[in-house]
Amino acid sequence: MNMTDALATAPLPPAPRRNASSASWRLTDRLGLAFAWFLGVLFCVITAGLVLYLFVQGIRYLRPSMLVTNPTAGFNENQTGGFFDPLLDTVVIAVMSMAIAVPVGIAIAVWLSEFGRPAALARVVESTIEMLAGTPSILLALFGTLLFEAPWLGFLSRTSGHVVFGRSFFGAAAMLSLLALPLVVSSVRTGLQAIPSHVREASYAVGKTKTTTTRRVLLPAARPSVLTGSMLGLGRVIGDTAIVLLLLGNTPTNDPSGSLPILSFLRGTGSTLTSYVFYNAPTGDGDQPGKAYAAAFVLLLMMLALNVGVDIVGRRGRELRWNS
Amino acid sequence: MDVDDDVLIDSEAPVDRDRRAELMLGALVCVVVGLVLAMFVFVLHEGWPSFAHNGWHWFGAGGDVDNQINAIYTSGENAAHAVYTFHAWPLIWSTILIVGGAVVIAFVCSLFVAVFIVEFAPGWMRAMLEPVVRLLAMVPSVVYGLLGVLVLVPFINNDLISEQSKASVTPIVTLDGYSLLAAVVILAVMIAPLMIAIFVNGLRAVPRGWLEGSLALGVNPWRTVWKVGVRTARPALVAGTVLATARGIGEAVMLSMVSGSVGFAPNLSDGIVFVFEPSRPLAATIIDNIDALTSPPMRHTLYAIGAVLLFSAAMLSLAGWAAKQPMRRYGVVA
Repeated sequence: MNMTDALATAPLPPAPRRNASSASWRLTDRLGLAFAWFLGVLFCVITAGLVLYLFVQGIRYLRPSMLVTNPTAGFNENQTGGFFDPLLDTVVIAVMSMAIAVPVGIAIAVWLSEFGRPAALARVVESTIEMLAGTPSILLALFGTLLFEAPWLGFLSRTSGHVVFGRSFFGAAAMLSLLALPLVVSSVRTGLQAIPSHVREASYAVGKTKTTTTRRVLLPAARPSVLTGSMLGLGRVIGDTAIVLLLLGNTPTNDPSGSLPILSFLRGTGSTLTSYVFYNAPTGDGDQPGKAYAAAFVLLLMMLALNVGVDIVGRRGRELRWNS
Repeated sequence: MDVDDDVLIDSEAPVDRDRRAELMLGALVCVVVGLVLAMFVFVLHEGWPSFAHNGWHWFGAGGDVDNQINAIYTSGENAAHAVYTFHAWPLIWSTILIVGGAVVIAFVCSLFVAVFIVEFAPGWMRAMLEPVVRLLAMVPSVVYGLLGVLVLVPFINNDLISEQSKASVTPIVTLDGYSLLAAVVILAVMIAPLMIAIFVNGLRAVPRGWLEGSLALGVNPWRTVWKVGVRTARPALVAGTVLATARGIGEAVMLSMVSGSVGFAPNLSDGIVFVFEPSRPLAATIIDNIDALTSPPMRHTLYAIGAVLLFSAAMLSLAGWAAKQPMRRYGVVA
C-alpha cells in the first residue's frame, strides 16, 4: 500500500552521478540498461497517449451544456442529455466521505504514532489498516449493502414497510471513506514519524501536555502529509465505481426520498461520474460512448488537478525539513 | 476558537486530559478494527449457505457456470426450491490467468523501471516518471475499462485475431476482442504503478555503502544494482508483488468491461488462440450480477464469491505487510 504516498512524500536523494559511460560494459548489461530506458519511455508514452487521447475525445464530445443538463432517456447522443446530477453527486459524495475519512484517519494516525499502547493492539490496528488497504472496493460495497439494509439503519435510506432499501448517499459515503482511510492514515503517520523527538521534548519541557503538543505542534508540522493523504484518498473516492454502483443505487438522476429538504436528497439515490461512465460504456446499459468519453475526460481533469496538488504539497513539504 | 487549554493554567490536571484523549482515540481505533472484523463475519455469514450446499465442489469444475448462475437466480422466486449448485472453477481459472499474467508482466516492467528511476534515470527523466507513475495509479478503473472497450478491444478484434482462429473455436466460443489479452494488458498497466512505488522505496533504502563497496571493487553500476541493490530489496519486491496481486484479484469494474463476461474457462490446448478467448473473473461476476442481489440464493452465492475474494485479498495484504517488516532494519517504513 501507500504506493503513491511513498512517491509523494519521499524526499529525493541527490541523483547518484557516476561517470556513467556504459561503453565499457558487457553487451548484456548494456542491453539491460537499454531495456530499462525503453520501459521508462514506454510508461511516459502510455500516459501521454492516454491523456492526449482522452483530451481529444473530451474536446470532441464535451459540450458546456452537458455540465448543466441531466441525463435523460434517449436513442442517440443528442437526446441523452448531460451529466449535471452525476457531477453534483460526485462532489457531494467526495465531501461527505472525506469529512469522515480525514478526521478519523488523523485520529488513528495520531494514536498509532503518539500513543500506541498496548503494543499488541497497535500491531492489530496496523495490520487491520493494511488489510483494509488491500480490501477490494467491491467487498466494501457488499459489506455496506448488508450493513445499511439493517433495520436500525433504516433512517439513512429509503424504506417501504419494513424493508430497508439500503442505498443512499450516507451508505456510499461511509463505505467510500473506508476506502480513503488507509491512504490518509499511512500518509499522516509517515508525516508524524518524520518529526524528530526533540521537537516533542521541547514542547513537553515548556509544560505542554501530550494532547496540546499533538494539536499545536505535531499536527501543524505534519500538515503537508495530511494534505497529501487527503488528496490521494480523494482520488480513490472519486475514482471508485463498485461502491457507487451498489450503494448509491445507480439511478441516472437523483431520486430523493422523503420530504425534508437536504435529508431527502442524502437519503435518496443517484449516480456519480464513474458509474455514469460505466453505464454509458458500450458494455453498459446506456451505450453512449460519446457521453462516456466526455465524463471520463472530466474525471481525468479531476485526477490531473489532484496530481498537481500532490506535487505542489510534496514540494512545499520538502522545504520544511527538520535539521536533525 | 483556539483560545483555550494551553494558554495559562488548566482547570484540571493535564495528565487526566491526556488520559482522556488516549482513551477516546483508542476507542475510535477499536471501532474501526471492529468494523473491519465485522466485514469478515458478515460477508462470510451471508455467503455460508452457498458453501454449505456445495462443499469443496464449490471450487471445482463441472457444468456451465452461467447456466448455474441462471438457475440459482430464477430459483429465488420460490423459496422452497432454492437451487445452490455452483461450481466456480471457470471463474477461478479466469482470475488466476488474468491476475497471474498481469502480475508477471507488471513485475518485470516495474523492476526495470524502479531500478531505472532509482539509479540510472537522469534528473529530468526522473522528474517526469514520478508524476507519470502517480497519475497512472490515480486514473479510475472505469476509465481504463472504457479505453479498453473502445480502443484495445476493437484493435485486438480487427488486427490481431485472424478469421482462421475465429473459425477454429467457433462452435465453442465467439472471439470478438473481449479477451484475456485485453484484460491482462490493462490490468498490468493498472497494477504496475503500485509495484513501482514499493520497489522504488525498497531500492532507495539499500544502504549506500553496500553499493559503493561493490563499485569500488570494479563491478559496473548495472551489475552492482542487480547483485547488491535488488537482492537487498527482496522483501520490498515480495511485498510489492503480493500487494499488487491483491489489487488485481479485487479489480472488478475494469475486468467486467473488457474480459468478455462469459463464464468460459480459456483452454490452454487451443494454442495461441487461447489468449483471445473471453472469460470472467470472480470479482467481475459480482459486478455483473448486482441486480440479482434481490434473489436470496443468488445473493448467498455472490456473497460466497465475495468471501473468497476477501480472504484471498486479506491474506495477501497480511503477507505483504509481513514481508515488508525486514526492510525496517534499514530504516524504511514502506
